[in-house]
This record gives sequence, C-alpha cells and structure tokens, in this order.
Amino acid sequence: MAKEPILSAKDIEICFHLRGRSLKPIRKCSLDLYEGETLAIVGESGSGKSVFTKSFIGMLDANGEIISGSILYEGVDIAKYKKEADWVKIRGKKIAMVFQDPMTSLNPLKKVGKQIQESIELHQGIKGEEAKKLTLEMLKKVGIPDPERRYNQYPHEFSGGMRQRVVIAIAVACHPQILICDEPTTALDVTIQAQILQLIRDLQKEFHMTVIYITHDLGVVANVADRVAVMYAGEIVEIGKVDEVFYDAWHPYTWALLSALPQLGVKGEDLPTIDGTPPNLYNEIVGDAFAPRNKYAMKIDFVKAPPYFDITETHKAKTWLLDPRAPKMERPKSIQALRSKMKAKG
Amino acid sequence: MAEREKLIEVKDLQITFGEGRKKFVAVDDVNFDIYRGETFSIVGESGSGKTTIGRAIVRINPTTRGEILYKGRKINGKISKELDREVIKNCQMIFQDPMASLNERAKVEYIISEGLINFNICKSPQERSELVQKALREVGLLPEFASRFPHEFSGGQRQRIGIARALIMQPEFVVADEPISALDVSIRAQVLNLLNQLKKSRGLTYLFIAHDLSVVRFISDRIAVIHKGRIVELAEAEELFLHPLHPYTKALLSAVPIPDPEIEKKKKLLVYNPSMHDYSSDKPVWNEILPGHFIYANQKELDGYRKEIRKG
Repeated sequence: MAKEPILSAKDIEICFHLRGRSLKPIRKCSLDLYEGETLAIVGESGSGKSVFTKSFIGMLDANGEIISGSILYEGVDIAKYKKEADWVKIRGKKIAMVFQDPMTSLNPLKKVGKQIQESIELHQGIKGEEAKKLTLEMLKKVGIPDPERRYNQYPHEFSGGMRQRVVIAIAVACHPQILICDEPTTALDVTIQAQILQLIRDLQKEFHMTVIYITHDLGVVANVADRVAVMYAGEIVEIGKVDEVFYDAWHPYTWALLSALPQLGVKGEDLPTIDGTPPNLYNEIVGDAFAPRNKYAMKIDFVKAPPYFDITETHKAKTWLLDPRAPKMERPKSIQALRSKMKAKG
Repeated sequence: MAEREKLIEVKDLQITFGEGRKKFVAVDDVNFDIYRGETFSIVGESGSGKTTIGRAIVRINPTTRGEILYKGRKINGKISKELDREVIKNCQMIFQDPMASLNERAKVEYIISEGLINFNICKSPQERSELVQKALREVGLLPEFASRFPHEFSGGQRQRIGIARALIMQPEFVVADEPISALDVSIRAQVLNLLNQLKKSRGLTYLFIAHDLSVVRFISDRIAVIHKGRIVELAEAEELFLHPLHPYTKALLSAVPIPDPEIEKKKKLLVYNPSMHDYSSDKPVWNEILPGHFIYANQKELDGYRKEIRKG
C-alpha cells in the first residue's frame, strides 16, 4: 500500500497498575489507519480492543500508561503526551469517540441540545445563537425529527436508539478526522442497529471521516468494515481486508470466532465453542497466548510466540501455522463452507 | 402434528398496565400454543411485549383478558393454591441479565436451593446439597462453587447458575428471557449448547424470548414475531426465514447482520412502516394462511400474501 497512514501506532504496550501489581492488557500492538477507511477491531471482552483505541485519545484510566511504542498522528508522537492540555487539542476535535451505552454516556441533568452545543462551543470557538443553529442542523443530520423541540428535551425523554443518535451528533459535531465507535450498537435492537450503522456510514461519507469500529459482532463487521483486525489477549492476531479475513482466515482464533456464530450453526448439532478462558494478564505470557485454548496448537506454540506472517500484501496473521515447516491444517468445516453456504442461504 | 400434546395454550391474551387515562395495552390478542418438547420463540424489538408474555405465563404479570392454559387447565387470574404451587414448580424462568438476577448477598448454594426450601422437597440438608451439586455439575460448573458468592463469577458462569436454579425444580417448561444477549460471543455458543443439551436430556419445553433472529433460527422449532404487543406472524423456523410474509418480519430479517461481507455489503435494508396497513374498514384477523403458518392481516392483504405464495 503506497498510501500514507493518517494514524500509525507502533509496538504499543500499555500497563495498568492495580493494587501493587501491574498487568499488561496491550502487548506490542501495531496498527496503521488509512484515510477514509473503516477498520473493525473484533475480539472477546477483555481482549484489549477498547483500551487500545482509548490510548489514541488519551483516555486511559488514571492507573494506566503507555510504557513503550509510539502513536504517530500528524507527524507528532502522541503517545508521549502526558498533559491534559495536549490531549484536549486532539480529543473530540480531531479524534472523537462514540461509546457503547447511550444510557450512561449522556448527562441526565442537561438538555440534549446543550450537550451537543457544548462540544461545538468548546472545540470550534463558535458561541451563542450560531452554535445553536449548528446544533439544530446536527440534530437533523443524525435523523432526529423535530429538532427545535428535541433541543430542549432531556436524555430520559429519548429512546435508546435516539440517544445513540445524540451521542453520535456530539462526536461528529466538530467534524473529527477519526471517529472511534466502541460497540455503538450492542445495547440496541437489530432494527435500530441497522439504522445506526447506516447513519454512521452516511456521516462518514459526508464528513470524510475515518472510522474505527470496536465490536464483537462479526455480522456487524461484515456490514461496515473495509479492513478487520482480530485481537486476542492484547495482541492483533490477524489483520486484513474484510474479504480476506472472512473467506481466507488463518489464525485459529479467527476460525473459532467465526464458527461460534449461531448463523453458521447446524440445527440440532452443538455449536463449536472456545473452551477455557483468556490468559491471566498479570502473568508473563509464554508462547502464543491462544495456545492453551487452541485445538490446532503445535508444540512450538507453547514455547515461542509466533511472528507475523504475510499472506498477501494487506493480510497478515500471527500464527505458526503459516510457517513453511508447519503441517497442513484443515480449517473447521463450517468456515470452509462459509462462502458457499452463506450464498445458498441468501 | 395434530396429535402433539399442547403444554401451554394462550388464547386472546391481553395484558394492560395502569388504569384510566394511564392505561397502556402492552399485549393484545395474542394466540399461540406451545407443544411438549419444542422450543418456541418470540422475537420482537424492545417494548414489543415479548417479555411480558413470558412473565404472564409464569404468573409474574397479571392478565386482563384471555386465557393461559397449562396442560388444559387455566393458570391465569385467580386459581387455587395447589395449582399455583404446581405452576411455580413446573414453569421456571431464566432471566436476561445474569448480573442483576442473582442475589448478591447469598451464596450460590442458597440461590440454587431456594426453590427446594420453599417447596420442602428435601428431607435433609444433606440431600439438598447433593441436589445442588448435581445441578451445578449438570450446567458445567464445579460442585465447590456452591460456597461462593455471585460476584466471584464471570457473566457466562452466572448465567449457568441462573439455569441451574431453574432446573433444580425439575420443571417441564422453561421461559428463557434473552438468556444470551448479555453474554460474549464465545460464551453465547456455550450457553446455547447447554440449553440444547438440557432440552434433549430432560425433555424440556422452552419459550425462548429474544431479539436476535440469528440465534432464534439456530435454537427454535417455531417462531412468533411480535410487534407492538401483537403477534404478526407465526411459523416453523425455517419456513419463516425462507418465506416471510408480513412486512415487519421481512424488515426484521433484513436487519439481521450476516457474517459474510459480500452479502452484507449488497444488502438492502427494509423499513417497516405500520401506516402501510389500511385497517379502517377491513379489519385484520389472525389467519392460518398455510398449514402451521399464521399471519395477522385483513382480507385484502391475505389475498396479496396468497398471491405471493403461489408465485413462490
């Protein structure tokens, strides 16, 4: 890819200090984000997908810090930022975030319109009537009917889907370059989910944003993403274009995630599950972090962590299965058939 | 399938909340039967009344009109004490949020055995704890978990505790109210498998309440689609997925994300607009349009749907 990434994270390691112990939720994560694309990050809860992206806007909890690596954004290494004043220039203005739960991410005591206006006034320096005009425009853009009336209402007067629209309006109000959506639809119904995904897509086109989706729903990923990164225990284990990851996955963890989907299950048979639990992040992980849960694990997986192997220019995976010396592995049947099967189902 | 035993029959059910001006009809004109040994699912968006129906069957919500029959006996409204106890014992519920549905201050042993205590089923404490341990093992947990508190468990494990609590009463019928929507992907599969295994080994009958159609297709035998308190379509699972008729069902199906980028990117989203139905003169009724396939529509719409079926 000749394109220059607009954000480039390299070998990020994040450490949390907790009751005198430290744990590493992110272990050497690298990610390039290209302009205008939609990147989805998938993984189980606790795989570090939220923590990783929160480090892009300096929103790690107080006991967490980036201990090594760099995040290059507009020629500056923002991983070195320590002061809140530095972050304020980026957070919300250049990189904005939409959170999972619209019930908790709005201030219940403040009128919805004011909450959007606040972000406009803070970041764009526009005040008063003009800011209000922009706010009303924004409300209309995110598909809230009757914006004048809605402006003066409180969050409890909005339904879940409408609230998420408000949260999106706040995030997009300052025309950020990058929008990070942290499970934006997990708390919503399927029909509303589809509408919100469509809304984010429309806004992305209109404002030329680059979008990062964090989700555990591979159906959503298939819908929105250009590229997919699969995270496990603080590492990106596989990354590639959406077609490559769905039709030609290489990492056993990606296989496991795909085959655990009920959509691919056969009625009356058990769904394949991922047994065991993710590794304890307090401990140093030896070898491949997924090895203890991996049906396809080889001896080397328990000894040495695999490097990234390139499958194509855009697709790489962190598994020894790609080593030329590895024995040929059969992928689980349900995934082999993914393509043909999904087509037949229509 | 005329000879299958009807375990639960719901007839013209109406449930309202509040009174006078505040009266709100949550569920109206609901009719369905649940046969022994099947998994019957109700899908719909939040606020459509699906949980309310489930709760009415286990006698948590009172009903205003209509009948719920359990093995041919009426179980809603005023019933005798003996029947009440029988229903409580035989119809159990698994709740949606495993974080909220377990008593934080009680040990797992008490949580699971509370029903046994209430019904004086066990003669001695030893017998009771044996039953608890058996139940824990059955849902894939270790017997020593009995002495722990709920906060020591992960979401998936808590949901298993919730399942163990329901199953220890040896129920015939289980209402599972979105048992997996609060869980992570990998754990979802485990809990779904567990529910399926228990169905086979115990011969359970489920009423499965969900909003995620992909899960519903995997687990259920028959599906009812509910919209604003009314069931709009009811059919066998595959039939409903392959030949949906009601526009709301179609909209719901089109919104389900499919884990295949090629299909997903091309997909057209259908939007359901209730004002498309003109029910001013031609009143809608609950019709069996094909054997086993029910739909809520008026005469004119029925003719349209019939045409659609003939076209294939």
